[in-house]
Amino acid sequence: MKKNIPLIILAILAVLPLTGTSTYMLHIVILVIMWSIIGMSWNLLGGYCGQVSFGHAAYFGVGAYTAGILYTKFDISTWWGIPLCIIVVALFSLVLGFIVLRLRGPFFALATLASGEVMRITAENWVDFTGGTMGILIQKRTWVDKTWYFYIILIIAAVTFILVKKLIHSKLGYYFVAIREDQDAAESLGINTTLYKTIALCISGVLTGIAGAFYTSYMGYIDPHVAFALHDISIITIMIVMVGGVATFWGPFVGALIMVLLAEFIRSMPGLGTAHQTFFGVLLIVIIIFLPNGVVGDFKKLKRLVGLGRASS
Amino acid sequence: MSLLQVKDVSMFFGGLAAISDVSFDIQKGDILGLIGPNGAGKTTMFNVVNGFYAPSKGEVFFKDRKISGLQPHQICKLGIARTFQVVKPLQRMSVLDNVIASAYLRVNNKGEAEDIAREKIKFTGLHDDIDVISKGLPLGKRKKLEIARALATQPEMILLDESFAGLNPAELDESIEIIRKIKANGITIMIIEHHMKVIMAISDRIVVLSYGQKLAEGTPNEIGSNPLVVEAYLGEAESA
Repeated sequence: MKKNIPLIILAILAVLPLTGTSTYMLHIVILVIMWSIIGMSWNLLGGYCGQVSFGHAAYFGVGAYTAGILYTKFDISTWWGIPLCIIVVALFSLVLGFIVLRLRGPFFALATLASGEVMRITAENWVDFTGGTMGILIQKRTWVDKTWYFYIILIIAAVTFILVKKLIHSKLGYYFVAIREDQDAAESLGINTTLYKTIALCISGVLTGIAGAFYTSYMGYIDPHVAFALHDISIITIMIVMVGGVATFWGPFVGALIMVLLAEFIRSMPGLGTAHQTFFGVLLIVIIIFLPNGVVGDFKKLKRLVGLGRASS
Repeated sequence: MSLLQVKDVSMFFGGLAAISDVSFDIQKGDILGLIGPNGAGKTTMFNVVNGFYAPSKGEVFFKDRKISGLQPHQICKLGIARTFQVVKPLQRMSVLDNVIASAYLRVNNKGEAEDIAREKIKFTGLHDDIDVISKGLPLGKRKKLEIARALATQPEMILLDESFAGLNPAELDESIEIIRKIKANGITIMIIEHHMKVIMAISDRIVVLSYGQKLAEGTPNEIGSNPLVVEAYLGEAESA
């Protein structure tokens, strides 16, 4: 039964558009799935391999801009951005990894944070190539209806899901966790830590980049503040995994669901909409204090806390 | 045939010579004890052999191949495994997963890695704790886990850094037994140890370091009667 849960979820999602779901609902589900992909990919690097990245917007943005620039400069459909960004983001990850993976712990986190910002500023100023702060507007949208977008992102998510699941149960998965737990010990056990950290970074970057390329096709507009956003991408990615559960398999899904719904809910509240970052900050503090392993990792504890709440009221 | 050769190795940290001009050989199948007062440079020597440090001067050869300057993971792949004085278990992994992670060095498939891991865990007497998360293990068992993990890389030579420190007498006997079994399997051992009784009992040869220099080398009997060694140890005792 438990083994079939992914299939059941996939089946339910697959028939969702046929049930006459509203366009808005479908949009929310698409966002949840897209963020799950980014969460899963961050979790691979940050959760399993222990390299906490504060700059996943860099990969998201490079993916998004790969698709956008294909359209503006070469007049090719943005959808080609998805296969192309695998190569582009992999190369980008290699170059970036060569620099940032020399650093450990907080220094790595800071370097990744900086890398995201460097990419944003580059995109803002390289006007000829990226369109600068004007951004890229895709005038010919592929479809007006969201159904096909939904199926495409669902397929990407399913492939990502299988890939990540296979990875974490393989030799690579063991090596990633060994590196997270003790890099010196891992090295002395014959693990080429530099190589395997680079692999983790590349896979994680490419998967995030694919989500970015999809975003361009789906939203039809990107600019440096959207695609390389520190708060709205890099930090939200970490929050999704933290809320859902670091280094848990289902964490990114649960986290994406909670965060997307919460963001929509707060934005719809009159007068408070612009303060959603504040809410996220408070939520993060609460999560760190009460559920350090996230909703999935501390599920039993969460049930107990909720149970206690009921008993006392 | 000498398996490992340390040739005129010096290691400087800034102006401090942690090791100066130390040379020795280890014969295949032997147990070499590395002893000396605190701060003599024993662990530094391990770090040089294991590749954490590239020596400032001198060279290390393993099976006539120069290994000084290689990365630790390369040296491990060539067949030298080590344990740490300050144990470094992969904390949030179970004992089995710890050992599987290192067994993956020689095999690529999970089944084979697990077979090797289970065998090494049994070898070191940890089979009752196989599913315990290693964070929760007491020190004695963590030290055994270090040995199991090193063995799972299927080394030709193993460096044991104070695998006996902090053990109770019963655990001590078990560990000596484990070391004898490792030797019986044909694995060459270099061991750092403060327990004189243990080191005298199990070593084939002993190298004594003091203030980074080689003070003496010989069989346990020769070392036991060497006045320089006695002085180095008693001197340490007086100042303490």
